[in-house]
Parts: sequence; structure tokens; C-alpha cells
Amino acid sequence: MNGPVILDRRRVLAGSGALIVSFSLSRALADDQAAPSPAPKPPGSLATTPFLDSWVRIDADSSITVFTGKAELGQGFRTAFQQIAAEELDVPFASLKVITADTGRTANEGYTAGSHSMQDSGTAIQNAAAQVRNLLVAEAARRLNLPAENFRTENGAVIALDGQSFSYGDLVAGDMLHVQAQPTSNLKDPETYKVMGRPVPRVDIPAKVTGGAAYVHDMRLPGMVHARVVRPPSYGAQLAECDISAVEKLPGVLKVVRDGNFLAVVAKKEFQAVKAMTALSAAATWKETATLPKQNDLLRVLTSLPSQEKTILQRGNPAAAGEKALEATYTRPYQSHGSIGPSCAVAQFTDGVMTVWTHTQGVYPDRQGIAEMLAMPPARVRCIHVEGSGCYGHNGADDAAADAALIARELPGVPVRVQWMREQEHTWEPFGPAMVTKLKASLDGSGVIRDWNFEVWSNTHSMRPGGAGSMLAAQHMAKPFAVPEPRPIPLPEGGGDRNAIPIYNFPNAKVVHHFIPAMPVRVSAMRALGAYHNVFSIESFMDELAGIAGADPVEFRLRHLDDPRGREVIEKAAQTFGWHKGQQAPPNRGFGFAFARYKNLAAYCAVASEVEVNRQTGRPRLVRAVAAVDSGQVVNPDGLINQIEGAILQSMSWTLYESVTFDDTRITSIDWQTYPILRFNSVPDSVEVHLINRPGLPFLGSGETGQGPAAASIANALANATGKRLRDLPLTRKKIRDAIDA
Amino acid sequence: MMTLKVNGRDHQVDAEADTPLLYVLRDDLALNAAKFGCGLGQCGACTVIVDGKAVLSCVTPLLLLEGKQVTTLEGLGSIETPAPIQRAFIEEQAAQCGYCIAGMMMRAQALLQRNAKPTDDEIRAEMEPHLCRCGTHMRILRAIRRAAHLMQTADASTVQRSAQ
Repeated sequence: MNGPVILDRRRVLAGSGALIVSFSLSRALADDQAAPSPAPKPPGSLATTPFLDSWVRIDADSSITVFTGKAELGQGFRTAFQQIAAEELDVPFASLKVITADTGRTANEGYTAGSHSMQDSGTAIQNAAAQVRNLLVAEAARRLNLPAENFRTENGAVIALDGQSFSYGDLVAGDMLHVQAQPTSNLKDPETYKVMGRPVPRVDIPAKVTGGAAYVHDMRLPGMVHARVVRPPSYGAQLAECDISAVEKLPGVLKVVRDGNFLAVVAKKEFQAVKAMTALSAAATWKETATLPKQNDLLRVLTSLPSQEKTILQRGNPAAAGEKALEATYTRPYQSHGSIGPSCAVAQFTDGVMTVWTHTQGVYPDRQGIAEMLAMPPARVRCIHVEGSGCYGHNGADDAAADAALIARELPGVPVRVQWMREQEHTWEPFGPAMVTKLKASLDGSGVIRDWNFEVWSNTHSMRPGGAGSMLAAQHMAKPFAVPEPRPIPLPEGGGDRNAIPIYNFPNAKVVHHFIPAMPVRVSAMRALGAYHNVFSIESFMDELAGIAGADPVEFRLRHLDDPRGREVIEKAAQTFGWHKGQQAPPNRGFGFAFARYKNLAAYCAVASEVEVNRQTGRPRLVRAVAAVDSGQVVNPDGLINQIEGAILQSMSWTLYESVTFDDTRITSIDWQTYPILRFNSVPDSVEVHLINRPGLPFLGSGETGQGPAAASIANALANATGKRLRDLPLTRKKIRDAIDA
Repeated sequence: MMTLKVNGRDHQVDAEADTPLLYVLRDDLALNAAKFGCGLGQCGACTVIVDGKAVLSCVTPLLLLEGKQVTTLEGLGSIETPAPIQRAFIEEQAAQCGYCIAGMMMRAQALLQRNAKPTDDEIRAEMEPHLCRCGTHMRILRAIRRAAHLMQTADASTVQRSAQ
């Protein structure tokens, strides 16, 4: 704690603004106490970045800039943040601008991940904006020597009862906003919202649909050159030979960069770089080692690798057996983020400062990693987020940033743009980890779950940078950085064990997390982390148990759930879908249902679905899906609906089609032919999303809440359609046909 | 040096003949809309219109484009005066990350130019070469239907204006 109070006092001593008094008063009281108890922290990311002017700046011309340390990834939060700030500041939506993650300008909010942006940064901006508004009112009150209650704010001005008006720019002077946030804010009554809660069109879409510069891929700095990397053909491959002399003579080639196993080429024009890359790749001979496990035997591979076992839930006597018992094993393959645009970055090394424009999810962690890799002080490295193609977790973004930095160091002063090729993204991105779950439960005579046992085997779900060792370029340099020791992400959020603890009331329950440190395949964070597979497993198993209980799946879930918000979400999805007990799907169709609260502490989501199965070919198609979501206070309902629609379709694609393939040495899913995903002929007839708004309640985030429920809902609908239960993801047409034929 | 007609204007392009159109558009002409997605003709992100037809610019070499008319998303309208297809995508908020969207819009535009009232099945079949990873498909389909409607309305009002 420092600084703000002094600034406050200086101002307070001169004035009499009510709020400013409260600033100094709380501090004065704290000073008087012999052993001050720790002050309550302000909400969201204000707890770690408490100065108001880290979030909101007002210039003398009344222009307002809002800062967030989070990165817009296509989720649309830039618009939501602008709504929040406009609402709490009482200014028109269009009068603000929002600056996103930049180590030179914004707060360090770590990664943009875990559906945290609204709760961390949205909450910080909301409270900062409200506190700034109060400071402005207090300043107007001081100037007119009137009580603050005599003022209102409207359209960027503080207005007195007699109509006297001050623009915000008039009121802000010097370091007035350089004060620490208070633990609580005078937030607006949600009943009075004018901008929040409305479907404001996203600010980024017009440029994206008219060819504006919208992505890091679109950057064209003066004098910029193009680079391509040549990656090893497999994990651990060593560069044996590489005659670069012919490549150096190719048209446009400016430089070939070789540093150990790191190979890259720089050319004046982009396609010259691509051609030189092809030539360089052909010139390189690699020594490869077979290190990969058996792709078709992941169940055995994962359960036989050494693991650290941890019981994360122990309730009652989970060994107690009811009348009817059931066991099942579910598996998930490695899956790809599959960004449509391969990763890209631009870097420039000028006057000893490395600037990197990147679509990373964490500019500060990337700065740390790149600084370490280049042996530079972090203060000499600046990482600026610029949008990329959607990433859905840790894709090649950070690696491309490191590539660009390592290459740009060789060409001082020259901006270098690197973009990966399709096969590089497909083979080198860190995949979503494969997982295994084993479930065992039993029912009592009345169809209530008596005991529940859940075990999950998984790698870590985050190998994100922080250190250089997480970045491919640093791993491949002549003096390589070691891949850091993997660590499980701690609960309550968890990684492999995210959502492994059931939300339902089971009197006897045990959940064990087997954390596997060895990573034969490069893995890291993918949207929803372990929650995708754990919810798929739990919610599939709930359906199986409902089946042996002879219960309707929706009623069976409600039977085991107390959480009133969860119950409401389930009831809403069921009702809007037209779900009813004893329902019969049309021939070759099935209905499915699933529910989860993401991380057991964020947004609630239930998905009801109808699928169709071609019994001859096994081809599945999601016909329609209906979701209900409670994400707390809704800021932009259309943005939230867009996120959930996308979650359902993406999760459907993961669930029905996707697995990374490999032989004993190389990744063999190298493009969209070998890693097929959803195409338009399999798009549902309709997807409906119903929001349950919770005015005034905390933002819960929404980016990842749909992944698990959508997967299980589809799996349950397939089981309903075919009478066969599939537990090994993805639920491909071949597996469905084989199950039907069996 | 070759003359390439893009968005109604002739450009003198100094690029090797095997250079895919995509790189010429992005690198030589500084046009952003067509995107590199795969370089293999598998995803549709690079789609532009050549002589009225949707073409994958990442696999179309420059030498095949002599005397042809190339249209990119920039040639349809601008942020200030969006074309019907652009208005439709904005009104339907049919983007998440948006990286695939420009390519989607160009194929939809080509479709609507030759078939003003496509059925939903025709739209889906036409869009089959295109991948979207964010799962924005429902909105993309809605936006294409809206664009069809807007184009007809625009045509009708043009007819009306010229009749006056």
C-alpha cells in the first residue's frame, strides 16, 4: 500500500467531497490501529492492479480510454467492457475506446483464459468506472461547495441541481484518478441500466467484414519483411545437416537463421519466404527418434504411465454399494485447437528494445519467456496483443511470438512478420490432452445414487509460457531451454480434474485425480481444459444411471441437485426444448440432455439436443440444440448467445469427429484432410440459447461453459437414438455403425 | 510485370508467375480481406471472386489471372458504405474471431449473384468448402439469407429509382 492516500489527502485537505473523505477516512482509521487487519481487497483485477487510472483515463478534452490486461480473442469482450464502462461512467457507448493487453500500457492480468475475463477485468472496469464517476462528482461538489447528493451524471458531464454542468475533462486534473480503488463501489442499480444488458453490436465486426486491418496477420509496418520457420519433422528431432548456401541465393532471401535446431528464412516478400522455406526444408536432414505412444491404445497408455494420485473428494463411505451398480470407462483423444489462421507474429528489435505484436493470450508471460530466451531484461521487451484467428486456448500463438523475436534479433531495426504454415500449426501446436475417466456408482431401491466413484487420468492442462522453456524456439536453440516441469492446476478451478467433483448430492462419493507428469505428446490448455471430458463422463454416466433407475434423465438430475440456479437452468433448457417424461424421438433420432456448472463455480449451462443417425452409414447429425445459461449479470446478451452457440457447434465437432493422429515418430494429422472438423453439411437445423439474467450478481464468464454439456448431451442423444452407449471420443460414424451392427 | 485487374482497377504486379493470388493481394496490393488459412484449398479463408466465380486464391497462381476480373471483399463495399452482404453480416453479428468470414462472404456473394433466392440446402451445399472454427455457422447461414433479402430489396429500390 502506498501512494494513493497521500494523493488523496492532498486533494481532500483542499476539498470536502464526500467520497474523497471516505478514501482518507478509511486509511486514517487503519493508521490508528496498532495491528491493522488486512483491508478488504477491491474486486476483480483491481485487487492486483488497484490504481483507477490503470483502468480508466480521462483527458482534458473529455475523451475516455478504458484499459484491460485481457486479450480480445473473438469472444467479443472488448464490446462488453466498453458497455460496462459506458454504463458506470454515464457516457455514450461510442465515446469510449478500449485498449487491450499491452505490457507497455495495461495491467498485468495474466492469461486471458478460464472464462475469467468478465469476472476479473469486467469487474475491475465496472468498479473502477463507478469510482471514477464518484470522484468526478466529488470534484464538482468541491468546486461549487455543495453536497455530492446535489449532482447527477449524464452524457459525460456532472450536472448540479441548478443545471450547472462540468464536462469530465473539465473536472479531471493531474493525478486525480491516480488513486487506489476502494473495496466497494457505488455501482448503478441494474434497473437503471441503459447500455449494459443490451445487445450492442460488436465494435470489431465492421472492420472484419469489410477488409479492415483486424488481425496481427494484417500488420504492415514500414520496411517489414517476411519470415518462415522450418520446424523439425517430429518431437526431439535433431538437425543433422543443412546446406543453406543454395537457399541464401534464392530470389528475395535476406537471411537464413540457424540456431541449433531452430531454422528460419527471411525474405523481402511473403511468397519468396514460403518458397525459400520449402527449399530450406528440403535441404535439411534430421535425425528422428520414435517417442510417441500408441495412438489407438490411449486408455492403456495413460493408465500405465506413472502418475501422482490425489483424492480430491472423499464424502461418506464411497465403498457402500447400493442395489444396482454400474461401471464405465470414458476416453478422450488428443485434440487440436485447430485455428483457421495459422499463428502469426511481428517483431522488431530497435535500440535494444524488442517489440512483439502477438495474438498470445498472455502478453506479460510471453514477455517473460521471450526476455529469458533472448537474455534481455523484461523491461526491454514489450508484447502488444493484436487479434489473431480464434485460438480456443494455448495454440501456436506464443511460439510464433518467440519465433518472430528470435529472428528479428538477427535483423536489427527491421520489422519481421512470421506466419506458420498449416501443417506447422497442426503438428506443433500444443494439443488438448488425452484423458481417461473411470466411473463406478450404485443406486438404492428408490433410484437414488448411493455411492459415486470417479477417477481421472490426465496430463497437465497448462504448459503456457512464463519461462522460455515453454516456447518451441527456445527449446530448439543451440543452447536450449528445458521444458518446465508440468504442474497440475490447483483446485477449485483445477486442470485435468476441472469439474471432476460432481455438483450433485451424492451421500457417498470419492474422486481421485491421477496426474501424469510425462507428456509424450506436446499438450497445453484447450477450451474448458479437463471439464470437457469430465462433464462428458459424468453426464453420460448420469444418463446411464437414469436408464437403470428407469427415470427420465432430466428428472433424475433434478432428483440429485439442490443448487437452485442449476435447477432453474435445467428446467429452462428442458422446457424450451419441449422435453417431457416418456417422450419418444422420431425413428432414427434421439434426445439427449446434459448439465454442468463450469468449474463448479462459474456459469451454469444445460443443453438439450436431438440427433439423427443414419443406421446404414452410422453418420450422426445434430439436428437441433437448445441451451439455457446462467452467467450472472448479462452485459451483452447477443455476445453471450454467440459464445454459447459457438461452444455447442465446436464441442459437437470435437465430440463427433476429432482426434490427433500419430505414428511412433510423427504427428500425422497435418491438415484439414487428415484432421476433419465440422462442415456446413453437418450444421444443425437450429440452435437456441436461452439466457437467465441475474441483475446485479457477479459476472460468471461464458467462454467455456458450453463445451462439456454440449458433448454429453449429444452422446446421450446418440445413445437414445441407437440404444448403444459410446464412451470413447470422438463418437465417429464408424464407431456408431459398429455399435449398431454389434 | 503483369497487369492484374482487382476491384475494377488495373494493377501492375511485380511478382513471380507461380505466386498464388492470395500473396499478391495481401503482400503487393495490401488488401486484408482474403486470409491465409491452409494454402491447400481446404478451408476457404482465402476465397475471392474471379469473373463471377468463387475461387480459392491460395491455390490460384498469378499466371492464370491475365485478363480476368478479381473481386475481393474490399471491392464490394466499405465500412462507411457496406454492401448488402456486409450489412447482413453486421446485422446478424455473424462473426466471432471473424478470420474465416471474408472468405465465406465472397462465396456467398458469388452464389447470390447467380442465384438470387437460394434454398437453405443450396446455401449449405455451396458453403461446404468453408471451415469456421468458432462455430458461427448458424449466424453465417442467417446472414446469407438476410443478404439475399437485402440484395433483392436493393435491386427493387434501384429499379424504382430508375423508373422515377
